[in-house]
Amino acid sequence: MPVIKDAVCSLCGSLCDDITVTVEDNKITKIENACILGHSKFVGMFEHDRIETPMIRKDGELVPVPYEEAIEAAAKILVNSRRTLSYGWCSTSCEAIGKAIQLAEETGALIDSTANVCHGPSALAAQEKGAPGASLGEIKNRADVIVFWGCNPVHAHPRHMSRYSSFSKGFFSTKGRKGRKMVVIDVRKTDTAKLADKYVEIEQGSDLLLITALRSAVNGHEDVIPETVAGISKEEIMELAETLKNAQFSCIFFGMGVTQSRSKYKNGDGVSSLISDLNQHSKSVMIGMRGHYNVTGFGQVATWETGFPMAIDFARGFPYYNPGETGANNVLVREEADAAMISAADPGAHFPQKAVRHLAKIPVIQIDPYANPTTEIADVVIPAAVVGIEAEGTAYRMDAIPLRMKKLIDTEFKTDEQITKDLIAKVRELKEGA
Amino acid sequence: MRMSEILIKNANVCDPAQGINCETMDLCIRDGKIVESVSESAEVIDAAGRLTMAGGFDGHTHSAGKINVGRFMNPNDARRTLVPGLSGPEARTEKTRAQVGYNTPNTYAIGYRYAKLGYTTICEAAIPMLAARHTHEEFKEIPILDKMGLSLFGSNWQVMEYVRDKEPEKLAAYVAWGLKASRGYGVKIVNAGGGEAWGWGKNVSGLYDPVPNFDVTPAEILMGLVEANEKLQLPHSVHVHCNNLGKPGNYETTIETMKMFEKVKPTVDRQALHVTHVQFNAYAGTSWRDFETGAPMVADYLNGANHLTFDLGQVIFGPAVTMTADGPVEYANSRMLHEKWSNQDIELEDASGVVPLSYSPKSFINAVQWAIGIELALLVEDPWKIMFTTDSPNGGSFVNYPEAFTYLMSAKKREQVISGFGKMALDRMVLPGLDRELSFYELAIMTRSMQSKMYSRPEKGNLKVGSDADVAIYDIITSDIDPSVEHEKVKQAFSGAAYTLKDGNVVVKDGKIEATPMGRTYWVNAKVPADIDSAMNKDTDIKFKKYYTVSKSNYMVEDSYLPNPVEIRTEGAF
Ligand code: SF4
Ligand SMILES: [Zn+2]
Repeated sequence: MPVIKDAVCSLCGSLCDDITVTVEDNKITKIENACILGHSKFVGMFEHDRIETPMIRKDGELVPVPYEEAIEAAAKILVNSRRTLSYGWCSTSCEAIGKAIQLAEETGALIDSTANVCHGPSALAAQEKGAPGASLGEIKNRADVIVFWGCNPVHAHPRHMSRYSSFSKGFFSTKGRKGRKMVVIDVRKTDTAKLADKYVEIEQGSDLLLITALRSAVNGHEDVIPETVAGISKEEIMELAETLKNAQFSCIFFGMGVTQSRSKYKNGDGVSSLISDLNQHSKSVMIGMRGHYNVTGFGQVATWETGFPMAIDFARGFPYYNPGETGANNVLVREEADAAMISAADPGAHFPQKAVRHLAKIPVIQIDPYANPTTEIADVVIPAAVVGIEAEGTAYRMDAIPLRMKKLIDTEFKTDEQITKDLIAKVRELKEGA
Repeated sequence: MRMSEILIKNANVCDPAQGINCETMDLCIRDGKIVESVSESAEVIDAAGRLTMAGGFDGHTHSAGKINVGRFMNPNDARRTLVPGLSGPEARTEKTRAQVGYNTPNTYAIGYRYAKLGYTTICEAAIPMLAARHTHEEFKEIPILDKMGLSLFGSNWQVMEYVRDKEPEKLAAYVAWGLKASRGYGVKIVNAGGGEAWGWGKNVSGLYDPVPNFDVTPAEILMGLVEANEKLQLPHSVHVHCNNLGKPGNYETTIETMKMFEKVKPTVDRQALHVTHVQFNAYAGTSWRDFETGAPMVADYLNGANHLTFDLGQVIFGPAVTMTADGPVEYANSRMLHEKWSNQDIELEDASGVVPLSYSPKSFINAVQWAIGIELALLVEDPWKIMFTTDSPNGGSFVNYPEAFTYLMSAKKREQVISGFGKMALDRMVLPGLDRELSFYELAIMTRSMQSKMYSRPEKGNLKVGSDADVAIYDIITSDIDPSVEHEKVKQAFSGAAYTLKDGNVVVKDGKIEATPMGRTYWVNAKVPADIDSAMNKDTDIKFKKYYTVSKSNYMVEDSYLPNPVEIRTEGAF
């Protein structure tokens, strides 16, 4: 009975790499160390809606076809398209992402990741002000003040606090939670907030005001701070600023509550400036709480292959990037895309109505282990192996540490990497024939 | 491998390793190696008397890993077209992937553009071991070039503890293990101890300033690591970025550091120490107000010393991106210049930061920095001690190498640049008084020949029989050109090789990419006695169990990240 140790959980951006998995008859029978989310991914694989076979829509119905036929149909869509949108790619391996980018390059497509609807603004913020961060072990070993801002790890990253942050014990932080001050800033008292030493309730959409006030306080300009900011009293703000200034090592973990609230990237930009100011007094870093397990990896691979982390348009043969113009969302809303390839994402759930309506009108290729609402509008469906369980490959943790995900069981399904490779080959073949 | 033969006829060979100084001869290549002779059926390339050198070897460049932070922060760099043909966006072709960038080109552009300059080997200057997979992932996407990387050890907890506890054998075993884990080629030390101090937002102030909580000094870390390096008989010496980088007055720390290594006896036939980007560490004065060149003092020391090599870190005017494991320096840069700042401290190991900046000839500080690099190259008599670098892209992008070569080869070219400087700048440098002009022979030493010895890669950087057939042919007839006057021609020729051959394949022809084979990755597997190795492993087990956030088994870079590996084994002298 093979027991695989130190497997990487490919669910959230925490990428816990200490999972023990027992495999019997090519089935996972036991999972140790994973949280409830991770656990349900490992077992859920057999219960959820797996796409069982490649399919092509014929007369309105998805009908099973051999893999080669689906590849050919998908390649035809790509070759006939003048402007393909390739979207998703955050729940797969870096190896597959690399191939997807190459495919986009060869077909003059536009490729974007799910960061378009989550942490994309943090990239823009980094382009404005930089991103002063650290690996998670720095927090574990040193941090005495931890701030969760607009994120709820109790539910979204369940083992984050025990492995890396609030509850973890390290070299200088031998007391763990007892030696740490935990602050939560959010619009409502989340389950994470309930665990905090200090909960700061902020008015919806006013993060930037609070950041600005904190910067004033940290930089000794308390006179310019009004009596209340973002629904928080000046006194409370001064106290928070003191906590941060007097820390030995502080970290601000920020989530979509910050990146997707009003002011978007300006918030991240503000946090970055706050971190820079805090370092005049004490050590401070910031880390984005990335959701999809490899959304960080997409940013990394795209950046080294194309120079840009997302929203990359190859229409001119070279990478062009202008977020707001070349985002997935934008080309759909403008009804520019005339075909789409969607990998492990459900744009229907996050995109504006207008974008979704357009998507329903154009040929859609779906590459995904699981059926989701995108399947309903897809014209070609190619099932994929689940990376981290049925396929190996690289993923980047939220702090940009790369890990190798293991293959735990065998599968008949093709990997995303293989599918993208086959598509590249087929597209080349069709183009040469033309 | 298929049998392939090439005859390069009428090559004007400049190969300092063999003492050949621009002599016209034929070069024979079989199966990717230089050979004595080839058969009648060999493919013929007519060099037509043009300058021919071994492929260039950039032994200190930031081209994989941390450079991605630079790209990420500065998307505007992708569109920069400052050096025609070697920067900016280029659409994909049948042979090449799409390209972008200037200081921080995408991986494909790095490979193609180095090859266009006639370079065939690069050494990434800093691999953070915990993130080593990332470096190798980028290596995989850099076409043509052979690659190697230096792993960071200078603020590593296990290193500092072994130094403190006087466990030199376990320290050596740990270094060997770290190189294996990260698939590194050598030991890099950046601001020894400073990375750990930066964990608390602090720095170390010099060689004898103890590292907080670890009870060791930077000097002890350096001496401990060099002992390990020599015990392991590593092909490269320790590669040191000195303490106090970028600070006026730091030339004293630099010389002090160099002196400390005089007593080291290398166990391999190479230098005992390489000091990197010395330009940034050869500053005199006590503040930015009275800042001036420290190059004469450093050069004076170097002229009397025979135990070390160094590289320049030459500055190029215009935009650059600083990226270094010297975390506190980057934070200071960003505050001083009001620039954006990225930082990435690595648990138990090191720090790092990235800050973009721009060097202007109008700034007296930048003008003096520019002069210092050249002063070092001209004042140090023996070119075998000097590696040419811009510490790309810290001093400027590697695509400016041809421009920088003309600074070294032409006093007239220097005068042109210097004429734009203010009086204050001129008072703080000695460059205007230097009339030395380097020859092609000396340039070849600094750009390929010395690297061969420095990295113990006898098959690289020369055209001896048996060496790799990495060859660059430049459109220069040495007998017809006066580089002192015709510096523009020199620059043009070095900007796009007439031919670059990699392992006997023509990869560049007339400055254009012809083929994009995959290069190798060199890494070092140093042998350690089993008992010492297992004792060391017990200690690192604890580190992983208690302090790292990654398990030990997942720390090791797997074979699949090195599609074309060359494992260099060393025996060790325990
Ligand atoms: S915290 Fe995230 S990565 Fe870790 S086990 Fe849970 S879901 Fe998986
Ligand atoms: Zn460097």
